[in-house]
Amino acid sequence: MSKVSITVNGRATAHDVEDRTLLVHYLRDTLGLTGTHVGCDTSQCGACTVLLDGRAVKSCTLLAAQADGSSVTTIEGLAKDGVLHAVQAGFHQEHALQCGFCTTGMVMATVDLLSRNPSPNEQQIRHGLEGNLCRCTGYHNIVRGVQHAAHAMGSAPVAAD
Amino acid sequence: MATIVEPTGALMGASIKRQEDGKFLTGRASFTDDIKLVGQTHAVFVRSPHAHARIRGIDAKAALGMPGVHAVLTGEDLKSSGVNPMPVGWLLPDIKIGEKHALAVGTARFVGEAVAVVVADTPALARDAADAVVVDYDVLPAAVEAVDALEPGAPQVHANAPGNVAFSWQIGDKAKTDSAFAGAKKVVRQRLVNQRLIANAIEPRASAAAFNLANGELTLYVTSQNPHVHRLIMGAFILGLPEHKFRVISPDVGGGFGSKIFVYPEECVVAWAAKRLERPVRWTATRSESFTTDAHGRDHVSDAEMAFDADGRIIGLRVKTVANMGSYLSLFAPCVPTYLYGTLLSGQYDIPAIHCEVTGVYTNTTPVDAYRGAGRPEACYLIERMVDIGARALGMDPVDLRRKNLVPAGSFPYQTQVALAYDSGNYEPALDKALEMLDYKKARAAQAAARKDGRLIGIGLSAYIEACGIAPSQVVGSLGAQAGLYESATVRVHPTGKVSVMTGSHSHGQGHDTTFAQLAASELGLGIDDVEIVHGDTGRVQFGMGSYGSRSAAVGGTAIYLAVQKVKDKGKQIAAHLLEASPADMDFADGKFFVKGSPSKAKAWGEVCLAAYLAHNIPANIEPGLETTSFFDPGNFTFPFGTHIAVVEVDPRTGHVELNRYVAVDDVGNVINPMIVDGQLHGGIAQGVGQALWEGATYDSNGQLITGSMINYALPKAENLPSFETARTVTPSPVNPLGVKGAGEAGAIAATAAVANAVVDALSPLGITHVDLPLTPERVWGAIQNAQKRS
Repeated sequence: MSKVSITVNGRATAHDVEDRTLLVHYLRDTLGLTGTHVGCDTSQCGACTVLLDGRAVKSCTLLAAQADGSSVTTIEGLAKDGVLHAVQAGFHQEHALQCGFCTTGMVMATVDLLSRNPSPNEQQIRHGLEGNLCRCTGYHNIVRGVQHAAHAMGSAPVAAD
Repeated sequence: MATIVEPTGALMGASIKRQEDGKFLTGRASFTDDIKLVGQTHAVFVRSPHAHARIRGIDAKAALGMPGVHAVLTGEDLKSSGVNPMPVGWLLPDIKIGEKHALAVGTARFVGEAVAVVVADTPALARDAADAVVVDYDVLPAAVEAVDALEPGAPQVHANAPGNVAFSWQIGDKAKTDSAFAGAKKVVRQRLVNQRLIANAIEPRASAAAFNLANGELTLYVTSQNPHVHRLIMGAFILGLPEHKFRVISPDVGGGFGSKIFVYPEECVVAWAAKRLERPVRWTATRSESFTTDAHGRDHVSDAEMAFDADGRIIGLRVKTVANMGSYLSLFAPCVPTYLYGTLLSGQYDIPAIHCEVTGVYTNTTPVDAYRGAGRPEACYLIERMVDIGARALGMDPVDLRRKNLVPAGSFPYQTQVALAYDSGNYEPALDKALEMLDYKKARAAQAAARKDGRLIGIGLSAYIEACGIAPSQVVGSLGAQAGLYESATVRVHPTGKVSVMTGSHSHGQGHDTTFAQLAASELGLGIDDVEIVHGDTGRVQFGMGSYGSRSAAVGGTAIYLAVQKVKDKGKQIAAHLLEASPADMDFADGKFFVKGSPSKAKAWGEVCLAAYLAHNIPANIEPGLETTSFFDPGNFTFPFGTHIAVVEVDPRTGHVELNRYVAVDDVGNVINPMIVDGQLHGGIAQGVGQALWEGATYDSNGQLITGSMINYALPKAENLPSFETARTVTPSPVNPLGVKGAGEAGAIAATAAVANAVVDALSPLGITHVDLPLTPERVWGAIQNAQKRS
């Protein structure tokens, strides 16, 4: 067992966990933040993507202990005061989700993508999301959702439904 | 047949943004693995590492000695406690059913088959304990490929299925077809392999069960496309649980594509163990388990022959297909390579003679069942490849050959030679629209110019037929279905006029919370927010057959429509009573019941709803309340259609295929929400392209799945695909009053053939006439090398 202290969505958390605990299991099982999903066991699908100190990581590929002392943002921490983040709003506007299982990781990966490249072209979006698999949308509307978000990022936030 | 009504109200046909999006976008959805049960324990399965092995013994002593381990249970425990084998839900004549238990009894027949289960306090502990269970196997030779499994001397999978034949089936007129071939001017032949696929919904399968000692009720959360089907089959056939004491909930489900229709061993074991151990038990598949234990799809080897007359008319089609069923018959597996395949072999064409024979074969591989399209992509791929091969042999443009053979507009309903009667269709406008969007002439000119520079560009068409909403129940029952294929809806109007719609359809990405609310709200003149759609819970929904086969709109949506009409009829009686008018004179529009011709004599929706529940002043002959149920059993399938065109470029040095353009014109009948329909098509196209270019489950000769993870089973990624160019024609279905057909599988049915035809077209200057799927760089490069050696 080791004690880990991680700031999650702006709140300090500290728990004793088994050494082998993955960050995704710390988030889902220890903290109950089940918006971060597990879709594979080989770090391919990206459903578990969160931001670690502002950068997208696959939380199934890190031990919780490796995130000790870091700051993590999960999907639950993205909307502020009932207002969807522009990426969430963009995905809604462009029907960029169907079953919704890959969506949370896809949104977090997009937040990271747009932080590095605020106005990507279609190929850059497609390449930027190569670590996230979606089986429902064929990615067509995900690309449009990202473009919608990129346009909106400079302007006022979009109200949540 | 019902008459067609035009959709009414601004909600119908509008791209309303999805009502369900918020919970998914903010991480507040409830997938099965998100739901925690108080006092829950965790199951991990001990699985066979061998494709075929006798189980000589299972030693669980070490595992049981680990603190926190509650039980290790085996197939013998299951059998001795009265749990029955898993049934097959579609029976064919002379079918040989290999007995399957939820945990193997005596013999394991595929890699990944569950042999024992460990239940422990944490997932990690259960995993450790499962590793400590020692199973003594006597390894047997394995049958892997279906064609090989039919050979004399092949390893036998089930003692009661000699020669590994599960069933033999045929359709069409053999004598008529043989005679057509005898008189043909040209016959083309090709062996076509439709490879094995793995659905890979991104949410892995999961189940969690709790037994309530107070009332004897078992509750099961499970990743199911059809919770009532799960309840019926698990309760009545496998576990012996009475339906009124067995609640099945399929909460948010992260994609299905067919793979979550079936009742699997794991949920049976989880439910049984929860009752036996009197503590909640849960299990979630690892992706590796998904690869070896989710039902696989397709896996056909077909010898196809197409006969033409001197004018290029198709006069006959003869097909012999060997279908690999895997180690056991999965729940609905027997209907997939038979009634969902052989019956679709006429495609969009007026073919006067067809005969198809199918042999279903047992092998020591994962069971094969429905995967998006289920039989129809296999049929479409076969016909559309054969039409292209025929066009090349006849020296005709593939467009001209298709056009010449289309079922003519005005001949619907059209009776095919393979039992089905197409409800409605108008194929040529969809073909023309796709050609226009592509600018076919220009694309062919560009292809010719590129060929001069040594570039390999290909254009491929696929003119497809889809069949949605398999029905009617009486007919499917006569063909072997052990279920009815209707759908039910209950419309519960609350005293304030808000509405709950309980539907037996299940949404796992299809957007029913939106489209069904559009339908009900539009019919009742309400806002979409006034309607709630309830699905996925046998404790809240009366009954249902679930969602698969692109049936939700055509069957489930119509059930809602019919229940709403009953609500309106009762409302008219109450309003007439309040207005002292005759019910026959009442009409309903814009949220008001009014006397025909006197719109000022009216009662608002809310007034009538409240009156129904107050019951102070309603007609003596009607009951209080406002709630109705309808079951809709359609008279026929619906038959969407369309033309898809792919443009590819093949790199002759590497065999890499780049998909440059994808044009799709689909006719899915009337459309409730165009945005959602387009989304369904996009996703289907991506899966169809995936089959054409990358995906394929591969076993080695020992029956080990060598594509057992997302590392070596290639799913389409964003950067592998272009944006899709989509459009529609609209030919309403006469089968249901909404005129809707279905859109869930069309893309997956059409796309594989379009891309395959494009790749072969690109390679045709090298003399290549066919390459088997998937068209990976290795396969394509190999075909190029062989062609160059030949020349």
